[in-house]
Amino acid sequence: MTARPLTITLDGEPFAGAEGQTIAGMLLAARRRSWRTTSAGAAPRGVFCGIGVCFDCLVTVNGARDVRACLRRAADGDVVETQHDPLPEVTS
Amino acid sequence: MTRRTVVVVGAGPAGLSAARAAARAGAEVTLLDASDQVGGQFWRHASRPAHDEHRYHHGWSTFTALRDVVASHPRVTLLTSAQVWALERLDDGVRLRVLVGPADASGREHLTLTPDALVLATGAHDRTLPFPGWQLPGVTTAGAAQALAKAERVAVGDRVVVAGAGPFLLPVATSLLRTGARVLSVHEAATPASLARGWGSRPAGLLGAAHKTGELGGYVGTLARHRVAYRLGEAVVAARGDGRVEEVTVARVDARWAPVPGTERTVAADAVCVSHGFTPRLELAVAAACAISPDRFVVVDDGQGTSAPGVWAAGELTGIGGAEAALAEGWVAGHHAASGAVDDPAVARAARRRDRSADFARRLEAAHGIRGGWTAWLRDDTLVCRCEEVDAGTLRAAACATGSADLRSVRLTSRAGLGPCQARVCGRTVAELVGADAASSPGDATEAPPAVPDRRPLVVPVRLGDLAALPDDPT
Repeated sequence: MTARPLTITLDGEPFAGAEGQTIAGMLLAARRRSWRTTSAGAAPRGVFCGIGVCFDCLVTVNGARDVRACLRRAADGDVVETQHDPLPEVTS
Repeated sequence: MTRRTVVVVGAGPAGLSAARAAARAGAEVTLLDASDQVGGQFWRHASRPAHDEHRYHHGWSTFTALRDVVASHPRVTLLTSAQVWALERLDDGVRLRVLVGPADASGREHLTLTPDALVLATGAHDRTLPFPGWQLPGVTTAGAAQALAKAERVAVGDRVVVAGAGPFLLPVATSLLRTGARVLSVHEAATPASLARGWGSRPAGLLGAAHKTGELGGYVGTLARHRVAYRLGEAVVAARGDGRVEEVTVARVDARWAPVPGTERTVAADAVCVSHGFTPRLELAVAAACAISPDRFVVVDDGQGTSAPGVWAAGELTGIGGAEAALAEGWVAGHHAASGAVDDPAVARAARRRDRSADFARRLEAAHGIRGGWTAWLRDDTLVCRCEEVDAGTLRAAACATGSADLRSVRLTSRAGLGPCQARVCGRTVAELVGADAASSPGDATEAPPAVPDRRPLVVPVRLGDLAALPDDPT
């Protein structure tokens, strides 16, 4: 396997990997375990199902929100951002 | 003469086999898969297969042969990165809405298909029962560990505990070892007695199912060489850690999977991979109005035809039977979807292979099927719905408050199952916890259909911009 090396950033931090890897695979390979923050409990999440079913691993890729990191193949230079969507404040 | 058109959804073992059979029977075939490669979860592989790729897979040569046929056959159009996001019923068939392009990207290409026949081979995904701390990063399904190992040679952790139920735990542990992870132990909830019930009383009974001996035997050998303990009648009942898994609690369970008090022990681990079986991806079958059995599989006849005219189904969608059964079912389904000759000897042989495998699903359920006692390891603050972060206590309170076991009102009250995964992860668990399991309540044809968690008119989330860009249908 001599896949071309590539680099992405997560919130500005560079991560190295190879062509063919998913964004989640690159982050896990670098021992990063979590990236999304949940809405209700503000708790960390990363990969759970790994096959696009659970939506726990959502990230923003090049400005597009809600991309499943376990499915999306990384492209060189991808700007990836973590997501946290706090619940709207209820005022009455 | 215009050829019969067949669309096959899903390019795992069943779908690949169906596409080949339909093309051989003379149809014009379109094979769709949401992934950017074929093979499904079973043959999920490195995007540039390594020279030793076969070591990571069972039946790799079967896969490469099928892949080469569908890639080169003049009557097969293979579309990868093609996500079917809706299925509409027409007077004379179905219409499929497809988006083609990178996963979850905006601006993907729209495709609308109205084939003469449809073969559904959408497969299954892991079912993981909730336990305290299962929302911590580092807790994954066994399928996640397998997918990352097979496709990227990435281990989900360094010190890994594998747990749950079913023979699938064995290849997962083996794949983790191959990626360099240290597998601390494998915990199978099924007790020796239920294993004997499913697989026979001989110690090798688990390995005795037809076609599976070599496969599972190899895994057990690998675990033994790495001195990984395979422990029966045990479950991971809790995970703890600060922002990620640091330790897990393992306990013995009884025949009903209830933890045995006093048997708990704590293991330091940075990953735990847990699956308790598989649940089929039913969205398209439900949208096509295919009859679904009480145990949530698509009902098919001898020719793999569903109750919906023009719709066939094969693979895990029709029962958890493994890849051998899926290949045989796909062959039969593809052939009949293409209106192939009724007396085709190769199809008759495939049907016999399928029938021989039929026993596997029953044995699997008898040995490893989820037993009701597991709920004893839930605490009130254990999350059940991971998306909306609804815990077991809230769920039970909602069931009490709404005064009914109606799934719809419990979901609307508690929000369980209404998050991004649309109840794929928690749906069956929520139904069972509030006593609204569709499988256990006899259906009444005169009533409105129950709020089954698998009814999802949009199969996957679709961006509003993509919906707006949907071209008009020809009238």
